[in-house]
Amino acid sequence: MEGLIHLDFKGLIVLLMSAVFVNNYVLQKFLGICPFLGVSKKLDQATGMSIAVIFVMLLATAVTWPIQYYLLNPNNLGYLQTIVFILVIAALVQLVEIILKKYIPSLHSALGVYLPLITTNCAVLGVTILNISTKYDFVSSMVNSFGSGLGFFLAMVLFSGVRSRMEGGETPKAFEGLPITLVAASIVSVSFFGFTGVIENLFK
Amino acid sequence: MKKLGILINGILKENPVLVLVLGTCPTLAISTQASNAIGMGLAATVVLLGSNIAISALRKIIPDKVRIPCYIVLIAGFVTIVQMLVQAFAPALNESLGIYLPLIVVNCIILGRAEMFANKNTVLDSALDGIGMGLGFTLTLFVMASIREILGSGTWFGMEIPVLIDNNISIMTLAPGGFFVFGCLIALVNKISKGKAIKKTEFGCEGCPSAAACGKLKSANCGKESEV
Repeated sequence: MEGLIHLDFKGLIVLLMSAVFVNNYVLQKFLGICPFLGVSKKLDQATGMSIAVIFVMLLATAVTWPIQYYLLNPNNLGYLQTIVFILVIAALVQLVEIILKKYIPSLHSALGVYLPLITTNCAVLGVTILNISTKYDFVSSMVNSFGSGLGFFLAMVLFSGVRSRMEGGETPKAFEGLPITLVAASIVSVSFFGFTGVIENLFK
Repeated sequence: MKKLGILINGILKENPVLVLVLGTCPTLAISTQASNAIGMGLAATVVLLGSNIAISALRKIIPDKVRIPCYIVLIAGFVTIVQMLVQAFAPALNESLGIYLPLIVVNCIILGRAEMFANKNTVLDSALDGIGMGLGFTLTLFVMASIREILGSGTWFGMEIPVLIDNNISIMTLAPGGFFVFGCLIALVNKISKGKAIKKTEFGCEGCPSAAACGKLKSANCGKESEV
């Protein structure tokens, strides 16, 4: 019994770590590129956005997983997945914003700006759909969502550091602005290849 | 003549990917193979055409306050139809597009065009805009995927290219190659148009479909709060 729990726990850690480093949502799966390029200019904004994303991802998974397994699948409504999930996420984001505004105004003033933007963040819809399509159980889904959120956070913070260094540098005229940002993102993305294989072997 | 202008506008002058910089996620993720790019582009074009027609037809009925949720439901409906069609008639494409097919719902191009064009124009104009934007998206995806596939795998539509197949640069098909090729393409457009084409040098709020919801646009401070 103890061995079983231990094994499961180890599996979850591997899942968490690989969601953060190996299958990084932004740098390996290209989900959530818009906020990654848009809000990563300053460190405090990048942190605020990422925390809001982690929060919404966890909440969305906690709501959409039961909906899929207890409502859609038993009634053969699997094809409604896309419509239901996007509506649930949109409603959830609105709800969270209203609750935060009313009861925790300090948190609302910190995260409020980023919340409406998250509805159209493909990373949130992406993580909920991927959790279903890879057939994770509820705990694994939550761990995967948390890991994905953390991965987003890591990518945002690292990249905002790179961008603040880049601001002072001289770039060719045609590359100014967006193009050089994308080239920098490409180099940051290369660095994440270093983690491939490390995580699996770390917990052998 | 004006109608033709609307159609061409999406392909060249306001190319959704390279000029408006919308829909970056699928552009980067799908452009590893030319055939996938065409499939993704066409799927998005069908959704865009449908949603533009439906939204412009309903533009006087949908109340202004709840328009974004209404648009999302309409778009999600069209995406589901396309998903079912692809699953039934092109299962191989469904396999290779994977998660990015349902994610057309959150593709900024579609919600962006609904906000910027379809809710202000007639049904015919919106349909033309949808086709133009869709073709612009498909064309850009195709060009980018061709570059990445030829350099990265040494093939084009699965056909082997004699010298390149033995000297492929495999990083081009991986994530970093996507960012790099995209950056270079935008730089090229910048160079050719002498910096006139790209109005959006940073990710601002003009093209952001959530701009109306976030309310920062009204404060005229949109996307600039870092300087404040």
